This record gives sequence, C-alpha cells and structure tokens, in this order.
Amino acid sequence: MKLRALLPLLAFLILVVLLGYGLTRNPKDIPSPLINKAAPAFDLPAVLNPDDKVSDKNFLGKVTVFNVWASWCSACRDEHPILVKFAKEHKTTIYGLNYKDQRADAIRWLGIFGNPYIASAYDVTGNTGIDWGVYGVPETFIIDKKGIIRYKQIGPVTDKIIADKILPLIRKLEKE
Amino acid sequence: MNPIKQISFTLILVLTSLSISAAINVYQFDDPVKKERFYNLIDELRCTVCQNQTIAASNAGLAKDLRNKTYKMIQAGKTDDEIKTFMVERFTDFVLYNPPVNNSTLLLWIGPAVLMLIAFIFLISNIRKRVSTPVTEIDAQEHERVQTLLKQKKDGNND
Amino acid sequence: MIPELGHFSLILALSLAIAQAFFPLVGAQLNKTRWMAVAKPAAHGQFIFLSIAFAALTTSFINNDFSVLYVATNSNSLLPVQYRISAVWGAHEGSLLLWSLILGIWTLAVSLFSKHLPPAMVSRVLGVMGLISIGFLLFMLFTSNPFDRLLPAAIEGRDLNPLLQDFGLIIHPPMLYMGYVGFSVAFAFAIAALLGGQLDSAWARWSRPWTTMAWCFLTIGIALGSWWAYYELGWGGWWFWDPVENASFMPWLIGTALIHSLAVTEKRGSFKSWTVMLAILAFSLSLLGTFLVRSGVVTSVHAFATDPTRGVFILAFLGVVIGGSLLLYAFKAGNIKSAGRFSLFSRETLLLTNNIILVVVCATVLLGTLYPLVLDAMGAGKISVGMPYFNYMFTLFMLPLVFLMAIGPLTRWKRQSINDLLGKITIIFIISVLTGIASYFMLGTISWSVAGVIALFTWIIGSSLINLYKRVENKPNKITALTTIPLSFYGMFLAHIGVAVFMMGVTFTSHYSEEKDIRMKPGDSLDMAGYNFQFEGATEVNGPNYRAQQGSIVISQNNRKITTLKPQKRLYLVQRSPMTEAAIDASLSRDLFIAMGEPLGNGEWSIRIQYKPLIRWIWLGTIIMAIGGLLSISDKRYRYKRKRLAS
Repeated sequence: MKLRALLPLLAFLILVVLLGYGLTRNPKDIPSPLINKAAPAFDLPAVLNPDDKVSDKNFLGKVTVFNVWASWCSACRDEHPILVKFAKEHKTTIYGLNYKDQRADAIRWLGIFGNPYIASAYDVTGNTGIDWGVYGVPETFIIDKKGIIRYKQIGPVTDKIIADKILPLIRKLEKE
Repeated sequence: MNPIKQISFTLILVLTSLSISAAINVYQFDDPVKKERFYNLIDELRCTVCQNQTIAASNAGLAKDLRNKTYKMIQAGKTDDEIKTFMVERFTDFVLYNPPVNNSTLLLWIGPAVLMLIAFIFLISNIRKRVSTPVTEIDAQEHERVQTLLKQKKDGNND
Repeated sequence: MIPELGHFSLILALSLAIAQAFFPLVGAQLNKTRWMAVAKPAAHGQFIFLSIAFAALTTSFINNDFSVLYVATNSNSLLPVQYRISAVWGAHEGSLLLWSLILGIWTLAVSLFSKHLPPAMVSRVLGVMGLISIGFLLFMLFTSNPFDRLLPAAIEGRDLNPLLQDFGLIIHPPMLYMGYVGFSVAFAFAIAALLGGQLDSAWARWSRPWTTMAWCFLTIGIALGSWWAYYELGWGGWWFWDPVENASFMPWLIGTALIHSLAVTEKRGSFKSWTVMLAILAFSLSLLGTFLVRSGVVTSVHAFATDPTRGVFILAFLGVVIGGSLLLYAFKAGNIKSAGRFSLFSRETLLLTNNIILVVVCATVLLGTLYPLVLDAMGAGKISVGMPYFNYMFTLFMLPLVFLMAIGPLTRWKRQSINDLLGKITIIFIISVLTGIASYFMLGTISWSVAGVIALFTWIIGSSLINLYKRVENKPNKITALTTIPLSFYGMFLAHIGVAVFMMGVTFTSHYSEEKDIRMKPGDSLDMAGYNFQFEGATEVNGPNYRAQQGSIVISQNNRKITTLKPQKRLYLVQRSPMTEAAIDASLSRDLFIAMGEPLGNGEWSIRIQYKPLIRWIWLGTIIMAIGGLLSISDKRYRYKRKRLAS
C-alpha cells in the first residue's frame, strides 16, 4: 500500500470533521461587525409619546441593554416575558428599538404583555435598524458606559442566555 | 420531536424562509449608467435574513429596505465601493456575494488555479515516466483474460 | 391500515437488503455459489416491498389520509390529484422513500441485465447496492418515517408548498434521483472490481453503459430544475450557484469526467485506478449532496426542513460508505497495473486533461460551497460565496476545456503527430476566427467576448463535422457509410454539439437580456427589444386551491399582434403565501417573460418584462447532450442480451 493512496481518505476525513462541526452551527448567524465599536447614532421619537426623544446619548454613563422588537414578530412574543422578568429582577437599564412597526400596534402590545423598557425608539422606516445591522428581530445589544457595543444576541433571549452571558457581562461592564 | 411540534416547526419554516413571489420594484433613473450600477449592485448583495437570495430577488422587508437604501445612495452620487462599505460596516462581508480578496479568502481565490497547476505538473511528469517504462507482461496476460471475458460478445458479433 | 402496510413493507425491504448485502458479498469472497445466489431474489423482493411502500404512501395521499403526519403536513383535500401524487416526494421523508425506490429500480435493472457477467461480479455489485440500501432504509425508519401517524388525525392538511405545485416539480426530483442513485451502480461496480481484484477493460465496458445512463438522467434532472427555477421563481434566472444546485452539479462534473475516463479504460486499459477513484467520487458527491440538502449545514433556498439528528445520521452514513470505500481503495489501488503506453500528445493525454479540468472545476465548486463553513470553523468570520465567484471561475476553466473538446475526438490513441492534426483542423480554425471577427463587425452591438464565443461555437461544430467526414472520407458511398459508423460515435458527436449549443445560450442570455420593472396602468405600453407590450389590466381568476390576479399583456411586433400573455399573481389559500406565476412566450430565438409584481392601486401594477435571447438553447443543449448519451448506450457492443437470445 502506498501512502499516496491514503491521501483521498485523509482529505475525506478532514471534510467529515468540517461537516460535523457545521452541524453544530447555525449558518445564518452573522457576528456583528459593531462589537467594540461606538453605538451608531440615532435620534428617534419614543413609541409611547412621540414628543419624547430616544437617542444613543441616552446610553452614556450606564450599562444598557438595547432590545430590537416589533409587534409583528412572533419570536419577540416568546422573548418578551423573559425581558419583563429580567427588568423586574435586576435593575438594568433596558431600552427598546421598535423596528418597522405601527405605533398603535406597538402601544397595544406593550399594554398587553408589559413594558420592560425605559423607552422604546420608534423606527418606522427601519433606517436605524439598518445602521445597527439588524436583520432578524428580535436582537439584543449590550452597550457599556462609554457607549461602546460589547455584545449582540441574535434571536430571542432565553433565561439561559441571560444567566450565562448577559448577566455576567453586565456585572463585569458595571465595574469598568 | 413530537408530531404537533413538528407541524408547527415546518409551518414556521415555510412562513419565514420562503419568499416565493418575485420582488419587482419600480425605480426611476434619469441616468442609464446609474441604473445599470443599481441593478448590478443589488444582484451582488445578499439579503441577510433570507435563505440564500440577493436583495434583488427577495421580497423580504429587509431586502426591500436595502434596495431602497442602495437606490438612494446611488442617486446621492455615492460610488459602488462606498455603498458596499456601508453594507459591510453593518452586516459584515456576509452581504457580499463576491467575497473580497484578503488573507482569509486567499485560498478561495487562488486555490483552484494552484490545484490546476499541480494537477498538470503531475500529469506531465506521470506521462513522461510512463513513456520511459517498458511494456509489462501484464498487458499481454490481461489482454487474454479480457478477451475471454468478453468472448460471448464476440461470438454474437458475427453479423 | 395502509400506512402500517407501507411501514411493514419498509421493514421487510430492510431485511431483504441486509440479506442482499451480506450473503452475496461474503459468498463471493468465500466462493460459495449458494450464498451468491441470494443476491438476485433478494434484490427482486426488495424492489417489490419498496414498491408496496411507495404505493401505500401514494394511496394515503390520494385518499387524503390526514392521520398520516407526512400527508397532513404536505397535502390538502383541495390539492389537485396530480400534485397529491407528486407531493409524495415533495418533502424530506417521502423523497427519501423515492430515493430508496429508485435504488431498488436500479438494483433490479442490474440484476436483470447482467446475465453475461461472472457470478462473483454480479453478486458483489448487488451486495454493495444492498449495503447502500440498508443505510437509506435505516435512515428512513429511524429518523424520517413517512408513515408516522398523527393522532388524532388532522381535519385538513397543511397543503403542499405552492412552489412545488407545478409540472416541473413532478418530474424534476425523480429524474435527478435517477441520476444520483444511478451513480451507485458505477460505484458498486468499482467496489466490486476492487474487492475481486478484477480491474480491467471488461470491468470498464460493463460499468460504462450504466454510468452513461445515470449521467443522462442527471443531465436531464438538473436541466429540469433550472428550467423550473426559471419560470417558477419569477425572476427569470436559471442558475444561482445555490449550495443545493452545486450539490447536484458536482456529481455531474465528476460523472462527465468518469464517462471519458471509462472510455480510455475500456479501449486502452489505462487510467484504471483513476477511473475507479472517479466512480467512487461521483457517488460520494451524490451522497454529500444529500447531506448538504438535508442537514442544514449550508443556507439554501431549496433545502428541506432540517433536523440535526438527520444530519448526524447522514454524516455517519457518509463516513462509513465513502470512508470505507476510500480505505479499500488505499489498500487495493497500489496493486493496479495500468497498461497502455502513450506519448505526451495523444488522445489519452487530452482525455486526462479533460478529466483534470472537470475535477478541478468540481473541486472549485466544492471549495466555494464550503468555504464559508471553513472560515467559520476557523473563527475568521462569515462570508458569502455566490454567483460572481462561481461564474468567474467556471468560465475561466471551462472555456479551455471546450476548446480542447473540439480537438480531442480528432486525435489518435497513443500518439498523435502535430502536423497531421494541423492538417485536419487549420482550415476550421481559420474559419472559426473569421466567423468571430465577422460577427463582431456585422452584428453591431456585440462585444469581443461574445464574438469569441461565436468563434468557439463554430470551432466545435466545424471540427465535429470534419471528424464525421474523416470517418467516411475513403468509403466509396459516403452516405451509406454514415450508417456504418458506431452509434457511440454519434453519441459523442451530439453530446459535444450539445455543449456548444448550451454555451451559446448561456452567453447570449447573460449578455443581451433586457429587463424592465415598470409601473403600468391599463392601456399603458412599453417598447423593448423591438416588441411592444400593452397592459390591458388584471382580472381575478380562481384556481382549485388559490385565487389569482391575472394580468393581460398584448405583445406586438411591427404593429402585428404576436400573442397575449397572462401572468398571474396567486394567493394560495391554505399557506396564505403569494406566488408569482410568470407567463412566457417561448421560441428558439428568444423568450418574452412577464411577471406580475404588486398591485399599486387604481388598476396599476408593477410588472417585470424580460427579453431573453437564445435562453431555450440552454435547455436544448442539455437535451442534445442527454440524447448523445442515450445514443452511445445504444451502441451494439453493449447489447449482450439480445445477442444471447439470437444465438
């Protein structure tokens, strides 16, 4: 047996390892290019009161959770009670970005399911969403005291993710 | 997975992943060059929320927004590179169907040519080697064996 | 009751597959005739039980038995009956059953048409096919049973995905699977030959018609898929280099290489270990395609609903089948002595060059498809590899191949003198170049690259004709001499012309298509590509399970009406999904393609109008290639059975 004859087998085994690794990944998860960059600027009216403004300036000086949601998004409904509970149990600043929604629907939604947000920015055009690289609602960002994005969660936040990733990170960032 | 869960799973998949009606958008251009650039660009940008579609082909909300954004940027006089950079800054290189050449894509871009080169060097040296080796006896033996195996075909071939 | 019958038949088929694999393979090794004799009856029985299972599932679909989970998820009582039948293979579980049934059909065919082969060879071939069948049946029974019950039964089904409610999708998957699974025959022959240590010209001759047959099916299957995407997805594209498309294209590329390499092995006894490798690769890539489509590892428009356990199962199966055969190859390939000496310039070298280019193109497609995964695995971020990359690479490598394709058939085995070849082709070469130049100046708006393709087209057609002429040159009656040329020659002749026709279609469609997305109200008209399109408005029409807005567009040329096209925008009632049903006026020289976008109020619509020159040549070319394949299978040297009957 020549060693050369083993080459195809070797190449195939590498391929199998690669494909096996692929099974553990979601090919649609894109890491955010905004990690460790300044939060993109925006200045939008608030959902509940159009005269109030929500902007990236609100995030400065404290660790902020910024959650992108919409009333039309079914995964947001699964996520929402967890956020409400999280807001109650921990004194964390949570802002919302209401993405491509109707104001009346959004207000009704908050009325029914509870409002964990200090305020939600009303992004009816989706332009702020584009600037934040939002592509699948819900998404959740964690921003440090200096207004730098430190973490992004794509898809609904779960209790496990809060316990394993979000809370430890917030604790760490608060000490910085 | 239990049956009911599977049904709802499939259902969600069908509802969210397929955008099966053609995305047709009417954009006005005064300048044919801009128009051409626009259509080329949206054909090379990936709709990040879709299964595997360009923003030109998808009807998803985000694809529409990105088409509109591209249109506005072209009309505002931005270059193709500026528009691509804008998209990459927000969605990473994932949005480019034409991956840029850099360290991590080097293998992708030159791999095929290198492989072709190696294959041909191997081919030529192999043939040279072959020409210089004498004919082995195997040839004759095998010839005989093959003829026996294929004999009945020969028998029938007298037409 | 019927679903249980189907389920039970699958279990019986599995038992028979085990018998079909075990006894003949071991029997052939130990030279036990009785054990080997199990192969054929087991194969026939397996085929019968697979047919019963398939018939059972089809019956459940026709009877709208929504107590079967798979039926409930993929059908509906309003679904027209032909789609209820094609819904059998409309999703993961049922398409696996189709796959298994087709494997059963190929196995049956091998057992029926191999009477002239040595018993040990037949036993091994059938045994290997039995092994493959075991894998798929286990996969189906353990992770994807199409007969699973849904209790209590659903009152109504979720309906078949509207995209699949279409004629193209009735025939595309069976054709494609006939191709994929057909390569299992070539694979089984290769493994059998390795096991028996009998790699020779005879082996090549036996497996060649099977390989060509599978290749024909795959060619047609892929073409059907592309044709379907063209008219059904509503954007007028015919190939997207989507991972799932690539998954079907890679076995095709290797299959094409294999056909050529088998020719050398059959006629000259050379390239044996290489040919075996290709046979293993072709089927391995078919299996890899199954994995890519069903595991969710890559993002694709066409993927089935995925489930990680399925991915793990197929990967394990891949590991056993491909890993096992590559290991066997590693042990045995060293002993293979290749006969046949040839010089650097000979038909052998050109065929090897063909093989190298096709394999490298296949490797490139694989690289592009999996590269995002590789980068992700190394933590280097996410990228997309799409159409621009593949088009670039493909054109770069395929053009030289097409150029050489014209020369290959004109060269001699073993050694070709350059002068002799030049004598044959110089005139054609000059004519081709002149045609290219002339078309550049005469056709007005064409670019040099298109002129180059026209020259290449002339080059292939011209040299093919020369080759035909050389065959009858010295015969007294040239016309009757044409009938004495072997069919396999005409097969190759046509297949190569098919490639040329395909290339013209691709080039003209991609360079000269015109497309407009415009807003039209009733009475509006548009002039494009020499045609006038007048929108007459849209009316509501109802189908069995959908409602549609149907536009009416009158097309005229030089004030003469050509046709009225009626594209639809459909809303399927069960899945609530909108669908574009494009209307196409097709002809050999161009397609006029119209799709409805969105209603914009006051009877106005956004409408896409496309002019696609020579697009039919793309599919015409592939049909010609497939006919070429069929012709070469019909060559009389493969006809063993009839001869035996005659004698």
